[in-house]
Amino acid sequence: MDYFLSEEQLMIKELAAQIAREKVLPVRAELDEKEEFPWEIMRVLGEADMFGLYIPEEYGGLGGGILENCLAIEELSRVCIAVSVSFAASGLGAYPILLYGNAEQKQKYLPPVAGGKSLAAFGLTEPNAGSDAGGIQTTAVKDGDSYILNGTKQWITNGGEAEIYSIIAMTDRSRGARGASAFIVEKGAPGFNFGKKEKKMGIRASATRELIFEDCRIPAANLLAREGMGFIVTMKTLDKSRPGIAAQGVGLSQGAIDEAATYAKSRVQFGKPIAAQQAIQHMLADMTTQTEAARALLYAGCKFLDSNPKSISKEAAMVKLFATDTAMKVTTDAVQIMGGYGYMREYPVEKMMRDAKILQIYEGTNQIQRNVIGLELIKEYTGKKEGVAVG
Amino acid sequence: MKIVVCIKQVPDVADVRIDPETNTLIREGVPSIINPFDMYAMEEGIRLRERFGGEVIVLTMGPPQAEAALREAISMGIDQAVLVSDRAFAGSDTLATSYTLAMAIGKLGAVDLVLCGKQAIDGDTAQVGPGIAENLNWGFAAYVRKIEDAGDGEITVERLMDDGYDVVRTQLPAVMTVVKEINEPRLPSLKGKMRAKKIEIPVWSSEAIGADPERLGLKGSPTQVWKIFTPEFRRKGELLQGEPREQVDRLVAEIRRMNIV
Repeated sequence: MDYFLSEEQLMIKELAAQIAREKVLPVRAELDEKEEFPWEIMRVLGEADMFGLYIPEEYGGLGGGILENCLAIEELSRVCIAVSVSFAASGLGAYPILLYGNAEQKQKYLPPVAGGKSLAAFGLTEPNAGSDAGGIQTTAVKDGDSYILNGTKQWITNGGEAEIYSIIAMTDRSRGARGASAFIVEKGAPGFNFGKKEKKMGIRASATRELIFEDCRIPAANLLAREGMGFIVTMKTLDKSRPGIAAQGVGLSQGAIDEAATYAKSRVQFGKPIAAQQAIQHMLADMTTQTEAARALLYAGCKFLDSNPKSISKEAAMVKLFATDTAMKVTTDAVQIMGGYGYMREYPVEKMMRDAKILQIYEGTNQIQRNVIGLELIKEYTGKKEGVAVG
Repeated sequence: MKIVVCIKQVPDVADVRIDPETNTLIREGVPSIINPFDMYAMEEGIRLRERFGGEVIVLTMGPPQAEAALREAISMGIDQAVLVSDRAFAGSDTLATSYTLAMAIGKLGAVDLVLCGKQAIDGDTAQVGPGIAENLNWGFAAYVRKIEDAGDGEITVERLMDDGYDVVRTQLPAVMTVVKEINEPRLPSLKGKMRAKKIEIPVWSSEAIGADPERLGLKGSPTQVWKIFTPEFRRKGELLQGEPREQVDRLVAEIRRMNIV
């Protein structure tokens, strides 16, 4: 379908597709098998200016919005979402600085991210705090011109590979979620170390590690916004980044359709291609319809988010929920259409199905997305503000 | 360093079709690309600029639609582009083409180095690069696989040979043609693509480059093409019959006869 994208947006889509085709496709199976971080592809994306899509021009970016970033993520995801998550997670790590950093913080940290010289990462999740941000146990205590961080972050995408980390830590535990604050921590800060690289079901080329803070001393100037703003920083960051996960879902679904439809045309059973069987046609028809609906919602959602409305939580959650549930279903059906071949590692759809599952889990499980949508809906109908939940 | 890269727009097909009447390439309906070997020349130009500073200018002689190739070059990171285009250039062979490009390079001022791909994939002559050097009376090296150093009016390069490589040093300005072993061309960048969309590309006519009309286009092209044809491709196969023992004997005899072993 033609979404009447601008010339610049089409340019972004085309270049991202070219990078996916020429640089990602030939190595995706190997990267998955070896669980190897795609540094060479990150370098290519950096040289192509892709990391700066959503960053203002004054900080070395291209001054685009969420839609521009999502177009690039979608095209990369059509080939490999382990690559696209490594790319997108740098945005997740940079958004807190972009949204809440002061002039010096932005000037120092955004240009290297925009140029792809440094990757960023976002550290929120802990062993006992995922969706419930109030359960964060990592602490930050002010000591003169420094903060001292203690605690462990878990399952951090780009952990160990990134140079710049946005970290949520408690400055006042008695206040629960309202006692959380956001900090910028650089790789190499004294007392900042990494745990082992996690072994995952899918997105194996991406790096997921623990971040370990043991009396980690950082300059007090690395506090983002004010003490107690950590929870707000987190929510606003996730509102901006969730469409990126949806874009992964849309791209991945499209990639699975590409494989399944091509296979169905060439696989002959009972004297004709299986694509001629109505059972297969109906599956492909549903996969395509659902994917197009997810894409339409994604683009519409991005345009709405980019218009800077007051509240975007509901829309961001809806986009993420629908596109990632779609990806799980479409990739599962792609394996089904390809039968035994689909289950073999020789073909890419088994990887796509393994990869898809994480989309329903990270950046807020799809159950949490439904909570967000439900809560916003109730607010709309009562005009009353209540509790909150984040991913 | 002021570096000029000469590029050519060529049809994007492995099996080029020939018009039997005119003995020329059929270009209709065939998408155009930058000659792949020229991509390596452009990449090397950009890398030299990154090493030694200066600017890289890309030059092409061709019809107005060759502008697309120049815009693609800009998107990769080339600084400036010039289209050398004039009806008077039509029908140029490699002699007239090298003369025309040399005249255009002369108009660019103090150029240090001209880079070309080793040959174009449509004509495959590999004559224009050395032809430019002859016209300018500059040093020349073909099949360059590495530029070791450049500066102080000299350039040192490795030239790929059948049995190894030569190290060649020559004075600047010079002309070099490069092979694909020299580098891996980069992809365009978004900022490059946006610049490519907006940039003004000057078009230089035969008058603008001060060329002698007698040496241009068909007039300046002594080459006469008598016939162009695709050699017939015959796949010869022979099925050996008989008992396995007989088949093996015949196979071995056949291989011996063909001097393979």
